Amino acid sequence: MKSLIQKLTETFSPSGYESAIREVIRAEVANLADEMRVDALGNLIVRKGTPGGKRIMIAAHMDEIGLVASHIDENGFVRFTTIGGVSPQMLMGSRVRFFSGAPGIIHTEPLEKPTDTPSVDKMFIDLGAKSRQECPIQIGEVAAFERPFLDLGDRIVAKSMDDRIGCAVAIEALRALKNTPHDVYFVFTTQEEVGTRGAETSAFSIDPELGFSIDVTGWGDTPGRKNFEMTLGKGPAIKIKDGGMLSDPRIVAWMIKTAEKAKLPYQREVLLGGTTDARAMQLVRAGVPVGCISIPCRYVHSPSEMVDINDVQNAVKLIVELLGKPVEL
Amino acid sequence: MAEKIKIGKTQLNLLEKLCNASGVSGDEGEVRQIILEEVRPYADQVQVDALGNVLVTKKASTKDALRVMVDAHMDEVGFMLVADDGEGIYRFELVGGLDVRQLVGKAVLVGKDKAPGVIGARPIHLTTAEERKRKIPLDQLRIDIGPGGKAKPGDRAVFATRFKRVGPSVFAKAIDNRVGCAILIDLLKNSPAHIDLCLSFSVQEEIGLRGAKVAANYFKPDLAFAIDSTPAHDLPHYAGEENIFYNTKIGLGPALYTYDAGTLSDPRLVRFLAATGESGKIPFQYRQPGGGGTDAGSIHRQQGGIPSASISVPGRYPHTSTMLMRVEDWQNTLRLLQAALERISPALLAEDRP
Repeated sequence: MKSLIQKLTETFSPSGYESAIREVIRAEVANLADEMRVDALGNLIVRKGTPGGKRIMIAAHMDEIGLVASHIDENGFVRFTTIGGVSPQMLMGSRVRFFSGAPGIIHTEPLEKPTDTPSVDKMFIDLGAKSRQECPIQIGEVAAFERPFLDLGDRIVAKSMDDRIGCAVAIEALRALKNTPHDVYFVFTTQEEVGTRGAETSAFSIDPELGFSIDVTGWGDTPGRKNFEMTLGKGPAIKIKDGGMLSDPRIVAWMIKTAEKAKLPYQREVLLGGTTDARAMQLVRAGVPVGCISIPCRYVHSPSEMVDINDVQNAVKLIVELLGKPVEL
Repeated sequence: MAEKIKIGKTQLNLLEKLCNASGVSGDEGEVRQIILEEVRPYADQVQVDALGNVLVTKKASTKDALRVMVDAHMDEVGFMLVADDGEGIYRFELVGGLDVRQLVGKAVLVGKDKAPGVIGARPIHLTTAEERKRKIPLDQLRIDIGPGGKAKPGDRAVFATRFKRVGPSVFAKAIDNRVGCAILIDLLKNSPAHIDLCLSFSVQEEIGLRGAKVAANYFKPDLAFAIDSTPAHDLPHYAGEENIFYNTKIGLGPALYTYDAGTLSDPRLVRFLAATGESGKIPFQYRQPGGGGTDAGSIHRQQGGIPSASISVPGRYPHTSTMLMRVEDWQNTLRLLQAALERISPALLAEDRP
C-alpha cells in the first residue's frame, strides 16, 4: 500500500486541474469497477455493487492545495496567489511545479525585519527565466508543491496526504470489497480545497441515500498541541462533528458498532474548524444522512504531512466491514 | 463568420438607457422592462421567474443542440433607506460592495420616481483638520431629499450619475453590469442557428450570486458563460515600479477568468475562448487570478455540475459613482463572444476536464 500512497502523493493536481491524479486513480480502479465515468467538474465516479441496492456515496477528494500565477514581471519572476488554505510560512524556500511541468522555487522581497513572516503579495516564484519572454508559463497557470514521499516505518510523510491518503483508502477498500448488497459510488472528487465543489455536484447526480467522506483530520499528539485528542496510530477517527457539519448520529452509531464488532481500533473525532466533502453531500437536494472517516494527520496543509500506516489500513478494513453487510439507519 | 459586429448608435443609446435606469439588487424592475422590450421580438421564449430573472431562449434549428447559457446580471450596487429622520432626511444601508469613503457628497436618486437627493456631509468650513483625516462612518451619513418627498424606508437609491460618451470612453454608473446586459441583447439578435442560446438576465448578483443559481436550474445548460464587468487598476505607478496588481487593463480587450474566489473556470472553455480570440484576431487579456467573482460561481455548482467560465469587460472605478469604460473593450468582448458562439460545438466537452 505504501507504493500506492507514494504514487498518489507524488502526483501534481491542484484544485480545478485534477486530470493527472484522475488518470493515476483510473488506472488503479479500472479492473475493480462495475462502471466508471467522469462528470462535468472532473469528478471520477466509480460504481460497484448491486444495482437496486442502497445508493451509498463515498467521497475522497483528489485535489490538493496549490498556487496560481498572477503576473510575470519584466525580469521573468512570477507573482502568484494561493489555491485553498496555503499559509505563507509554509512557502519560503518551497519548490513548486506548474501544470505544464515547469519547476520553480519561492522566495520573497526583502522584509523589514528578518523575523517577519512574508505575505504572499511580497513573494515570487523564480523559474530560472531571465525575462518575461523566457518565462515558460502564463498567467492563470496553476502549480503544486514538489516534495518526495518519505517512509519512516509506521509513519509515512508526503505532501498532499490531504487527501491522497483518502483516495488510497478508497482504492484499497474497493479492491478488498468482494461482495456488497449496496450500490456503492466511490467518488474521487475535485475542488474540495476551494469549497467542496466537486462533492456538491456529484452528490446531486448520484442522489445517494447515505454517504460518508474519507479525509484527513488534525492531530493533538505533538509538543504544545492542546484540546484535540487525535493521536497517530490509535485508529481511524469517526467524525462526530467538524466546523461545517454534524454527522448524522445514526451514521456515527453504525460506524462505531461496526468497528467494535470487528475489533478495529477507532477514535471519536470532534473537530472545531474545517470541514470535508460530507458537508456538501449532506446539504444536497432534500438532504442526505452522512458521516466521515478521518485519518489523523500531522502538519496538515504543509509540504510534509504525516500519517500512521496502521490507521490507514484499519480505515480500509472498517469501510469493507461497513459496506459488506446490509444497513438500516 | 458573420460580419463583425460594431458598437454603433443603437447600442450606445441602449446602454445609456440601461445605465441610467435604477436597478439596485432586488429591485431590478426598471432594467427588466427595458430588456423585455428589447428581447421579445427576437426570442422564442421569454420568461420572468420567481426571483425576477429574465430568462430568454432562442432555439436552434436542429434538435438536441448544445445548450449554451450566457448570463449577465441586471442589478447594481446602491442604497436602501432604513429609517426616516424627518424633514426629508433618511438613514440608509449599503446594498452590495460599496466603499463608505467614496459616498460622501455624492448626488443620488431615490425610489422609482428618482427623487433627487444627496449624501450630505458637513462642509470644509465647519470641520477641523483633524476631522478631515478620518473616514465618516456609515451610521453618521444621511440621504437628504428635502422636505415634501415621498420616500419611505425600504426604498432604494442609486448614484445620480448620468451616462456620457466622451470620445473612446463611456462614463456612467452601473456599467457593472449593464454592459453585460447590452452584450447579451446583441448576441440574441445575432444568434447562430446550431445552438440553443439560453440567456439569463439575472437578479441579485451583487448580494451573493442569487438569481443565477435558480436560472441555471431552469435552463440546465451543457455549459455557461458569465459576462460581467471587472476592475482595471491600471494607472501608472509613479515610483517607477512595475504594476503587479492591476487585475486588468483598459484597452486590452475582454478579460478571461481562470480563477477567482468563486470559480475555477473550466480550462476547456478558457482555451476555447483564447483560441477564438487568436484565430479571429480579437484582442483579449487574462484577468489576474485572485478574489472577486461572477455569477459563474453559483452556475457551475448547480445540477450535476455545469462547465463555466467568465468573461468581463474591464473598466476603471466600478462600484463607485462613476465607472469609466472604453467602447473598444465592449466591442471586442461582444466580438469574442459572437465568434465563440458561432464556432462552439459539443466536441468542446468531448474530452474530460483537464
